[in-house]
Amino acid sequence: MAQHQVNYAQSGGLPVALTTVDKLLNWGRSNSLWALTYGLACCAIEMMASGASRYDFDRFGVIFRASPRQADVMIVAGTLTKKHAEFIRRLYDQMTEPKWVISMGSCANTGGMFNTYATVQGADRVIPVDLYLPGCAPRPETLQYAMMLLQQKIRRESANKSQKPKRLV
Amino acid sequence: MMRPYQPKKNVQKKAYYTDRFWVAPRIPEEPVPENSPYAEDLKAVKKACKVLNAYIQRGQLVIYINPEENVAALKALKETRGYEMLSELSAVDFLAQRGGFEVFYQLLNLSEARRLRVKCFVKENQAVESVNPLFRSADWAEREMWDLMGVKVNNHPYLKRLIMPDDWEGHPLRKDYPLEGDEFAQWYEVDKIFGKEARDIIGPENRDPGRVDRYDTERFARLGHEVPRGAPAEMADKEEETPLSYQEEEGVFLIEKFSEENSKVLDKRK
Repeated sequence: MAQHQVNYAQSGGLPVALTTVDKLLNWGRSNSLWALTYGLACCAIEMMASGASRYDFDRFGVIFRASPRQADVMIVAGTLTKKHAEFIRRLYDQMTEPKWVISMGSCANTGGMFNTYATVQGADRVIPVDLYLPGCAPRPETLQYAMMLLQQKIRRESANKSQKPKRLV
Repeated sequence: MMRPYQPKKNVQKKAYYTDRFWVAPRIPEEPVPENSPYAEDLKAVKKACKVLNAYIQRGQLVIYINPEENVAALKALKETRGYEMLSELSAVDFLAQRGGFEVFYQLLNLSEARRLRVKCFVKENQAVESVNPLFRSADWAEREMWDLMGVKVNNHPYLKRLIMPDDWEGHPLRKDYPLEGDEFAQWYEVDKIFGKEARDIIGPENRDPGRVDRYDTERFARLGHEVPRGAPAEMADKEEETPLSYQEEEGVFLIEKFSEENSKVLDKRK
């Protein structure tokens, strides 16, 4: 009969893992980042590919949700037009704290090649952005890397940070 | 014939090279041949309204009429000559040259495979009558024409902006509209989301995405380094180093790292 082995030399002889509340909360947050399905243009194709089976976002705990109230991270995938600017702000405000934003691709970073009257010159002019992804469009690997960097960022920060307002450009 | 003299003193100010010998190409205009279906079309239009000019261009008939008679002309073509489809409708900006727009209606006869274009010239602020009762496809096309060009359409069932937001000012496809937008367009999302008082906080210099700051090349964080925002140039070599890695070196809490020794590779399918 197999017996459960307890390593009494570890953790002061107790079969428990000692940690801090911060670590535990951040572990939960960083490994179940539910992303808002937010495709605005061609970057959304790469975002969909990242979610599909070949690149498989589910193994990071990244599951796309269709509601901002269930989402932790907003991936702004594509050109943000001025007509849409108020809606992205409203969706961002509807997301529950803590929340993060990834700006995916050149258009969301700086307006990209669309230096025109109809395009917002960077999503950070409307909502605060945590991570900027270069590329036109970034490949799914890049988006995965961005997600892993965001996970690192979440693990680094304190779990109940006083919700200090993020900076807008 | 001598070419007209053009002063070349400001030639360095031009950002691009212009060919002095370039002549704008013009598609030749041919007379309408007798005993052709197009002659019949022209006859039908002449019966309904006054025709200012008519010619064949690229094998298609082009008819110029007065803008007041556009519905009569299209009605005659639709009902007597079988032009059942309005495939395109828009306006061309001639504000600088002639102070108005050229509105065109591209018609298609599906049964006989012929296309025809009806054109009319409207002055700025002059309205055209809607052809929506004749062709349903004119609905959105006229709304788009109003939205982007500012050509008003009378008796349209729902003349509302189609592409730009409802509270937009100006008509962006006019040639005198700046590509980067006028002041209203540049501050549109700020005014709408944060209010007009946010303009002073942001500052007009931050509206211009093409602005080049001489510190841009030194005051940015290199990969794997961090510089606080707005740091002076002396800080450039005192950047805080942040290691670049896929995951933390010491491992992640509660997550086991993949190790090659403990994994098993299947060399054939089960």
